[in-house]
Amino acid sequence: MGPIAMRLRLRSSAPLAATAAIFMALFGGAATAFEGFGSTFVLADLLTENAFLGVAALGMTLVIISGGIDLSVGSVIGFTSIFVASLITDHGLPPLVAWAMALVAGTVFGAVMGLVIARFKLPPFLATLCGLFFARGMAFVVRNESVRIDHPFYDTLGDVGVPLGGGAELTLSAMIFLGLFLVVLLVSRVTRFGRNLYAIGGDEDSALLMGLPVTRTKVAVYAFNGFCSALAGIVLTLYTDSGNPTSATAVELDAIAAVVIGGTLLSGGVGFVTGTLLGVLIYGTIYQITYFANLPASLGSITIGGLLLAFIVLQKWLGRAPAD
Amino acid sequence: MGTDAEPATDPPAPRRRPFSGAKGGFIWPLCGLIALLVFNYFTSPSFFSLEIRDGHLYGSLVDIFNRGSIGIVLAVGMTLVIATGGVDLSVGSVMAISGAIAALMLGDVGAGPVVAGFCGIVAATFAGLVNGFLVAVVRVQPIVATLVLMVSGRGIARFITGERVIALRDDADATAFEAIGTGHVFGLPVPALLAVGLFLATLVIVRRTVLGVFVTAVGANERASRAAGLQGRNVKLAAYAFCGFCAGLAGLIDVANIRAADTINSGVFTELDAIFAVVVGGTVLTGGRFTLLGSFVGALLLQTLLTTMYSYGVAADTAPIYKSLVILMVCLLQSREFRDAFRWGRSP
Repeated sequence: MGPIAMRLRLRSSAPLAATAAIFMALFGGAATAFEGFGSTFVLADLLTENAFLGVAALGMTLVIISGGIDLSVGSVIGFTSIFVASLITDHGLPPLVAWAMALVAGTVFGAVMGLVIARFKLPPFLATLCGLFFARGMAFVVRNESVRIDHPFYDTLGDVGVPLGGGAELTLSAMIFLGLFLVVLLVSRVTRFGRNLYAIGGDEDSALLMGLPVTRTKVAVYAFNGFCSALAGIVLTLYTDSGNPTSATAVELDAIAAVVIGGTLLSGGVGFVTGTLLGVLIYGTIYQITYFANLPASLGSITIGGLLLAFIVLQKWLGRAPAD
Repeated sequence: MGTDAEPATDPPAPRRRPFSGAKGGFIWPLCGLIALLVFNYFTSPSFFSLEIRDGHLYGSLVDIFNRGSIGIVLAVGMTLVIATGGVDLSVGSVMAISGAIAALMLGDVGAGPVVAGFCGIVAATFAGLVNGFLVAVVRVQPIVATLVLMVSGRGIARFITGERVIALRDDADATAFEAIGTGHVFGLPVPALLAVGLFLATLVIVRRTVLGVFVTAVGANERASRAAGLQGRNVKLAAYAFCGFCAGLAGLIDVANIRAADTINSGVFTELDAIFAVVVGGTVLTGGRFTLLGSFVGALLLQTLLTTMYSYGVAADTAPIYKSLVILMVCLLQSREFRDAFRWGRSP
């Protein structure tokens, strides 16, 4: 590897390395400071509690790599949770059927937003803002109050777990999160779709001139993110055993924060799926620390904002250095 | 349908004329607003009735200005930020900060109403300056830069209030402060007067001084404006600070209205409403052109739409569905690609 390639490689992986270092430092520091923090229980908890956020953040990573953004995620999660709960409890549908319907609804919804963005050139944040309002309103159309899910299938799923050692178990939610992580990682690394995403995010006009299917790829990435949002909503129902039209408000911001802390550039073209996994873990660890240290949770969101700022400035600095 | 009714069928005009102003940009929302008013005129006759009770003017029209005041105030600030080619996502969180500080000063510190309001607005303006610093000096994309404060601002507000809802007390100071949200002057509600006053003052300053040209120039082409000797950095700083100031004022109105600083719910999604009002009003998101009047009409259109829906028994929870569809439609009508597709489909 020549020196220039070496420098490029170093530059491109520096944010990822920083993210990994921050996670190690946070988790390691907390493990020494608080008794019981450095256990498999906390790790399993971290993955389970943040599974729905993680699923949403993975889809968001691909959207952001393509140079877009999706603000409708939280609303779609909220809609899915009440939609699934209502189908199971009010209409007596089998959970798997309800899930399939929710996943189709989420995917179609994402595809429509993608079409408006790719075909009619509406700014992504504007089109998905409309999606945010629409999906939240539809959630209240389904039911305007919380619905419990009381179904033997959900009880069975609650017992599913892979032992992690030390008595802790990896729940189904956590496994869905980690499974989707592997899928998205592969999609971004080895598929033509993944390469197209990076190309479009890097320079859309060039991608178009190269003959890449820009419109189709953009519609697909928003459709995939709609699928992920619906999946996140399903994971949320697994965790809470209920659906609520108000749930997951503003989760898109947490997802975007996790993606950026993971080293992905919000301007598109550069992004790490592994970084998003670490970003979600950092997010969870910070809130876990405020819980262990008995600090107000608002301190957690201030810290996340600070980290976000640090990463944005770091990226600015890294991005500028080589051009000189 | 006559051809003269379809301006879209005219030969395409030059795509972008940065300095031509956005004349006519607000025609669409104005048509929408008039259509809504006409609709209300025929379906609910009481809509246009005004009455004076206890020396205060009441009626649906007054109500629209009153409830729409926060939207108008935010839209005015947002217009200038968008005109510089930016956007401010943090106004909702900044509203919460401003309200929290004002309520704390009134309650725990025991300051007077003027001092409390002043502190809230100063904090909000400072928050706007921080946004402006990130955008203009560190040169971070506006969406990203203001996202930081959007994520953490609400946390800051909750932290300084100790994660509780601060209710205003029943003393004289608090009552005087509440006038911002519930008082009347000359029989008109104070929030509406504040909003219209801010709009008119900004309009006059932007039109009568060179500031409006500065904002347009920076938004249209920052490099060219720098070559012409204009400090784009300061213009942007000022625009974001002004947007923070507007958010601060909106936060005070909100606290005075509900008589409490509710840091979790204050200003949630207002940034989206403000951006929509500006975009619906005809200001382009890429900057370089803006119309304050359009934003004003846009904010009124959104509020009229909400009021109309409420009077038809649409629940506040489901109203966003219709709101989003209207906004999407207006945005699509402004999209050249959409109009081209429409025309192509009609005469292949």
